[in-house]
Amino acid sequence: MKKFDKERLLLGIAAPVLAIVVAFLVTALVLAATGKEPFSAFGIMFDYGVKSDSQVYILNKATTYYLAGLAVAVGFRMNLFNIGVDGQYRLAAFFAAAVGGALTLPGALQIPLIILTAMIVGAMWAGIAGVLKVTRGVSEVVSTIMLNAIATAIIGYLLQQGRLGHLDEAGTKISTTPLPESSHFFEFPTTPTPVWGFIVVAVVAGIAYWFTLSRTRFGFDLRTVGQSGSAAEASGVNVKKMVVTSMLISGAVAGLVGMPTLLNDSYEYSGDFPIGIGFTGIAIALLGRNHPIGIALGALLWGFLERGTGKLEFEGYDKEIVGVIQGVIVLCVVIAYEVVRRYGLKRQQSKVGAELAAQAARNSDQQEVSA
Amino acid sequence: MELRGITKRFPGVVANHDIDITVRRGTVHALVGENGAGKSTLMKILYGMQKPDEGTIAVDGEQVSFHNPGDAIARGIGMVHQHFMLADYLTVLENVVLGSEKLYGIGDRARARIKEISDAYGLGVRPDVMVEDLGVADRQRVEILKVLYRGARTLILDEPTAVLVPQEVDALFDNLRELKAEGLTVIFISHKLGEVLSVADEITVIRRGTTVGTADPANTTPKQLAELMVGSELPSPETRESTVTDTPMLTVDDLRLTATDPDGVVRAVLDGITFTIHKGEVLGIAGVEGNGQSELVDAIMGMRHLDTGVLTLDGADISRTPTRKRREDGMAVIPEDRHRHGLLLEAPLWENRILGHVTERPNSKGAFLDLKAARADTERIVREYDVRTPGIEVTAASLSGGNQQKLIVGREMSHAPKLLIAAHPTRGVDVGAQAQIWDQIREARREGLAVLLISADLDELIGLSDTLRVMYRGRLVADADPATITPEELGSAMTGAASGHLEAPAESGTDAESGPDTADTDPRDGGEDR
Repeated sequence: MKKFDKERLLLGIAAPVLAIVVAFLVTALVLAATGKEPFSAFGIMFDYGVKSDSQVYILNKATTYYLAGLAVAVGFRMNLFNIGVDGQYRLAAFFAAAVGGALTLPGALQIPLIILTAMIVGAMWAGIAGVLKVTRGVSEVVSTIMLNAIATAIIGYLLQQGRLGHLDEAGTKISTTPLPESSHFFEFPTTPTPVWGFIVVAVVAGIAYWFTLSRTRFGFDLRTVGQSGSAAEASGVNVKKMVVTSMLISGAVAGLVGMPTLLNDSYEYSGDFPIGIGFTGIAIALLGRNHPIGIALGALLWGFLERGTGKLEFEGYDKEIVGVIQGVIVLCVVIAYEVVRRYGLKRQQSKVGAELAAQAARNSDQQEVSA
Repeated sequence: MELRGITKRFPGVVANHDIDITVRRGTVHALVGENGAGKSTLMKILYGMQKPDEGTIAVDGEQVSFHNPGDAIARGIGMVHQHFMLADYLTVLENVVLGSEKLYGIGDRARARIKEISDAYGLGVRPDVMVEDLGVADRQRVEILKVLYRGARTLILDEPTAVLVPQEVDALFDNLRELKAEGLTVIFISHKLGEVLSVADEITVIRRGTTVGTADPANTTPKQLAELMVGSELPSPETRESTVTDTPMLTVDDLRLTATDPDGVVRAVLDGITFTIHKGEVLGIAGVEGNGQSELVDAIMGMRHLDTGVLTLDGADISRTPTRKRREDGMAVIPEDRHRHGLLLEAPLWENRILGHVTERPNSKGAFLDLKAARADTERIVREYDVRTPGIEVTAASLSGGNQQKLIVGREMSHAPKLLIAAHPTRGVDVGAQAQIWDQIREARREGLAVLLISADLDELIGLSDTLRVMYRGRLVADADPATITPEELGSAMTGAASGHLEAPAESGTDAESGPDTADTDPRDGGEDR
């Protein structure tokens, strides 16, 4: 039996590795086509990417990406495509920043309050899509993408002076009221720059994700719906309720996405708060096969690629090359998974058939002897 | 056509070995064998989907080697698959020419050719009808025509009768005889031995990957054939000692279910359904598929809301109870479509063992899964129900249909059910597994289980049931006594031709077993609407 397991693991790793190798080859072709030497570019990226300040940068970036990947993965496990993680985390971070800026409680109270606000706002925003899906049959792909645009508009409207906006002393930048010192999340005092303490929350979220999905009844129900809606319904899962619940969870995790930046870095929500991480999360969840460790590797890879290409610019390469690598990786991953999945299933089927035939042959030999 | 010494090895093992078959031109040659005996591998080899490792195929005395189905078609070998491959929203003509536009174009020439083939073999295919408007039997004829249109002289039919009612089967056999008369060759794969005997000129039996013998249909009984097939004595579905009690287990009272058509018309899919199943009773529902049986199962399981009516399970009103609660309360289900409703195909067997019973022991304790216990119990089911698998970590998709079904039966029986809903419990299941499943049902019935049996296999229905009802257009139109009814009578009631209590012919009423059946069911709904 162990043989099947090892094989499954091997097949599981084969797809992303294949995808990444192909992505680098395609990128090398693109670089070569633009008249640049590709392999020195990879050398530069790698050398720079493993420097200690780069490591810190990558870990901090990956913390955010990891949470985004998890948020998307919760939906994927259910066969729900939550494209709205982007709007959910921005709206969540905005309201969390506003709440945090308005209060001055002790950190032990205020930080959880800020995080909770973010999770609730994220969950509510995603929940709208969930409710629309089960009551009106609106595809979550359409509704969440529209909710992204609405979130942008709401933030734009509220982030003004006299509403929730706050003009800084220089009078050049509008943001939410900065969080008090007490609400700053702890950091690991690494050199040259600190690692954000929120990485701990990300790890906990990853463990909770794994445990919930693989060890609880709720997780089993959720996966059942993802694998076969009809079988889930027949088995007694309330599929509609499950859709709403998983959207709420996905949104709540999405609410966490903006927290590392808010509590460890910017301490306020302003126009330069990072955007588009929800989409990065989709790519990372795909790359990581919705597996908590896979998503972590994907998040780290993404951080590494971004860090490495920052350096490429100084060396005379176009920084857009990272977009090419990332795009090709995602494309390859989707194709590679499907190919490997089908191959694996076929292979197992023929293997099982073969083993049974062998058993049967043994049995029939015995029977014929005894007959 | 001759197959000699065909051997097919999968890595390390042999799936087919030393297969020898000779199919004479202009005959119907039946190929019978249990699922997993190697029939499908053999068919794939014959149809060019797989290459044999050893052995030769000769068509009309000339050795051939097929690399793909195209080669097989070029040699005049065509396959009619068990699952139809037709586009619903295209006409028959369009479906037939699809992919073979070069043969006769797509217009009048093609239509003329279709008419010609249809008339020549008495297929009665109308080229301009939409496929979605056709019944199962008509669709099958379109599939056959498709193959003939491509120039096939040898047709492989994979379990063609699985989806047909007796009358349709007869019509199909008439078609096959026409084909034969025109000099075409038919290779007919089936489990239903009675049918094989009635239509085949020659029979080859395959067991455990090799040909174990041939039979002459003229002097072979189904029983002998089946024994050749499984290699041992064969049980029958018949249960004649009655275990019916007076305690009602499931009561369905005046159930009505409506559905809205795409064009907004509300129509009743189930109407006035009333019956009672007692402890230890098997109630069989006969009917042509699509007459409301699936909806009835859905309604009892709680997957559809009733418009009116009351469901009572073991004295408790469950009309509004959610599906999960009903299952926890002792409702077991062998679903009609096990792939869609009974299994997670890409999940390992032990996860499939949890499916549907996630809230019950041994699968979970409180809110948490108990993987160890679930795995151990899966091992037990695999052992006790003879699920043939190398282990419980393989995906459900890698098992054969019969073994998947045995796993489902084992799972459903493991939670001390009060009511078993068995929809086509032995469909697509080999003879060996079929007998086991019948045994399981009989065993559980003896211990007081109430069973709602829905089946298209009339022998199974008659053999297992204590009471029979006939469903037609969402109503129970007739009832019958399984001790005296014949499949033919039942078949004609299924088409709506008969209603009320189906009186058995001549020797009716003499059978002592018929007592409890009719006495405790409600005859009120039988045919009152006609």
